[in-house]
Amino acid sequence: MAGETILSIEGVSKNFPGVRALKDVSFDVRAGEVHALMGENGAGKSTLMKVLAGLYRPDGGRIMHKGEEVDIRTPLEARDRGILLIHQELSLSPELSVAENIFLGSWPTKGLGILNKRKLNSDAGRVLDALGCDFRPTTRVGTLSIARKQMVEIARAQAFNASVVIFDEPTASLTDTEKEKLFSIIADLKARNVGIVYISHKMNEIFEITDRVTVLRDGVLQGTVNTADATVETLTRMMIGRALDSFFTRARSNFGAEVLRVEGMAKKGLFENISFSVREGEVLGLYGLIGAGRSEVAETLFGVRRADAGRLFWKGGEIPFPTPRQAIDLGLCLAPESRKEQGLVIGMGGRENITLPHLGLFSRLGIMNRERETQVFTRYRETLEIKTTGPSQRVGNLSGGNQQKFVLAKWLCNKPRLLILDEPTRGIDVGSKSVIHALIAKLAEEGLAVIVISSEMPEVLGVSHRILTMSEGAFNGEFTGEAMTEENLIDAVSRHRESSSSRRARTAA
Amino acid sequence: MTQSLTQPALSGHKGMARTILLRSHIWLFLLAACVFFSVVSPYFLTVNNLANVLTQSAFIGILAIGMTLVMINGEIDLSVGATLALACALAIGLHNGGASAPVAIAAALLAGTAMGLLNGSLVALSGMHSFVVTLGALIGIRGLVFVYTGGNALLVNDFEYTEIPEVYLGQISLTAMIFFALVLFFQWFLTSTRHGREAYAVGDNVEAARDAGIRVGRHKLINFTLCGFLAALSGVLLSMRLGTAEPQAGRSWELWAIIAVVLGGTRLKGGYGDMWRTLGGVLALAVVQNGLRLLNTPNYVELIVMGLVLLLALGLDRIMLLGTRKGE
Ligand SMILES: Nc1ncnc2c1ncn2[C@@H]1O[C@H](COP(=O)(O)OP(=O)(O)OP(=O)(O)O)[C@@H](O)[C@H]1O
Ligand SMILES: [Mg+2]
Repeated sequence: MAGETILSIEGVSKNFPGVRALKDVSFDVRAGEVHALMGENGAGKSTLMKVLAGLYRPDGGRIMHKGEEVDIRTPLEARDRGILLIHQELSLSPELSVAENIFLGSWPTKGLGILNKRKLNSDAGRVLDALGCDFRPTTRVGTLSIARKQMVEIARAQAFNASVVIFDEPTASLTDTEKEKLFSIIADLKARNVGIVYISHKMNEIFEITDRVTVLRDGVLQGTVNTADATVETLTRMMIGRALDSFFTRARSNFGAEVLRVEGMAKKGLFENISFSVREGEVLGLYGLIGAGRSEVAETLFGVRRADAGRLFWKGGEIPFPTPRQAIDLGLCLAPESRKEQGLVIGMGGRENITLPHLGLFSRLGIMNRERETQVFTRYRETLEIKTTGPSQRVGNLSGGNQQKFVLAKWLCNKPRLLILDEPTRGIDVGSKSVIHALIAKLAEEGLAVIVISSEMPEVLGVSHRILTMSEGAFNGEFTGEAMTEENLIDAVSRHRESSSSRRARTAA
Repeated sequence: MTQSLTQPALSGHKGMARTILLRSHIWLFLLAACVFFSVVSPYFLTVNNLANVLTQSAFIGILAIGMTLVMINGEIDLSVGATLALACALAIGLHNGGASAPVAIAAALLAGTAMGLLNGSLVALSGMHSFVVTLGALIGIRGLVFVYTGGNALLVNDFEYTEIPEVYLGQISLTAMIFFALVLFFQWFLTSTRHGREAYAVGDNVEAARDAGIRVGRHKLINFTLCGFLAALSGVLLSMRLGTAEPQAGRSWELWAIIAVVLGGTRLKGGYGDMWRTLGGVLALAVVQNGLRLLNTPNYVELIVMGLVLLLALGLDRIMLLGTRKGE
């Protein structure tokens, strides 16, 4: 089925100051296969791929490309050899157009360095058409959604006729339809004999689209197996060295007084008539597909966005919609979904990032108490199993999942009254997922109200006491106890879609 | 059905009108300033005065063109004022010393270009921030000027030298024409050449640019060199207009150039901006300054007002930006 080996890595090692990211790793990609790369956060997956893409030089080992030993020194060399990495954090220039981004670094000229814009745009147009993209080559990339930005990166692979395409956690922020589209593109690439490396923490995706799986743990190769021969249990054991018996822990139901009540909250174009309440000790799940407006609701409660209408009651008394500062002071915290843009100051250390919103708690007369900061840092590093060399390692140098863990730690550490977690386990490995779920349960049992926003059905079902479903900017179902089943949730989310699309059809007629 | 077809088109037009308006706040500001000064001073709206404003704006304007290139890269050049003084002094000094005018001018331009090249190499090779590098260059080059002139103003012996730029198209001086031609050329350069467009890529996301194989160091080096050349050109034109070379010539002009560029709306962080904006910024500064002088405003008041103007224009930019955000 799969063709010959295109690219192989033999005994590659890579060290960073204080971190052994890869040790003697071997790995190969065959033409026409999808090869999964799995492992815990910080296991070295992204690092290995960056070595292939010419972003890091390995400290030892060799890389074989089409049978000869090669030295990939720059991303450009990798591209010339047909190796293209689609980054975990996308790497595009927002101010440039789609076409300019696709061909960045090799724009066509009419001689004398004068740009041939017509050729640039028509070449890009052809690639976009082939991929079935619905935006134009001249569109400014900054205006595109994440999924479309990803398509721009994929278009690069197409444009340069890549023979190996590496996807580093591509589905982390895609909607289901966008994900299906991505999978069909991957299938196309595969049919054209491109070798594909696919990094993901999502087991169902691994079983759906990959042919082989390679597992790394702490920078050490654990083995490569055929996906057909693997099970969730065997892969988990390879990744974390033990089996995970139960994935989810739900807090004991012991509810106290109401913490927050929202009535008729609306924001034009985003959501309408949002009403709900949440009590102490309760974990409220907010399920819906990406794009349903859940994050926007959370951001409005936290004060990042301004509501057009609605009333807010905090512990029984009505309050105006807060600013983020006021929200934090009330004890209403939001751990946002995207880490780089909203969650972290990537140039600062982990310790400073955790305490940033609560400097008041860690200082006296404006002077920081370093010791207490470090204590808190150490506590969360241990509970969340964060892989970092120390309190002042730049969070920008951490693996994607470990950055996400710092976002959580930051909002957990000041003991809020209500904690909103937006996609708390995005990009987080299976082992740490259950740690985070257990933590949510523990916080609820201590009397916190928690709202968990998630697009992962098992996660919402596993941790929540009550679930609200949301679709196209409105709540359309509430489930508790026995009624919390996969069927009911899917039903609720899709029912609204049908009715609203038929409604639209009616008005159009 | 027809309604639903025309509706989006209409709002599209409205949207476009708005973007044009938003993108050209500096031109609105310029217009407002012109109207204001025309009302308060009878001398403002005369062909003579306006032509004079254009000529005066050209010197800082040419500096601002180079600054725009460097700033789109996400860098800054603080040494342009000093480079201008160096070119000014060299042109007059060499000419007085017996070199023919073209030779003296060429040497002055070459010296400025070399200074730009030096700045660019230091930034590209050392990885130091251009703020530090060009701050050093500012002091060093100004020192050179003092050494060369002996701390005194050089007066040109050959009066024909000052007549070289006395060429007019109607009332528009050669100096102003050169400035406009450069604006046009570099606007074209930014939008239509590979190097020009890549400047945005470099300023917008250096990592992405580097990953795509753009040689970022060399790229910046070219822009710093152009910036140095333009500063020298401005210096040569100034030497012809004044006929003297003050060692303190162009002092703090780098700041005015930066202000003009920022006023126009080019982003200090890089990746965004163009020459039209810079032209608008340069003219706005020149008009306000000219208007205040016509009103006999004392020098210190002038500075205060100019400072306020900058804040106002930036505030306007901010408000408009928020406006677009909300509209989205
Ligand atoms: N530029 C860097 N400087 C220092 N350390 C780094 C750098 N890049 C990665 N590391 C370290 O190397 C280790 C491996 O990181 P890597 O990004 O490869 O993990 P990963 O497997 O991709 O994890 P995730 O699933 O969280 O994305 C981590 O401990 C990380 O902190
Ligand atoms: Mg990674």
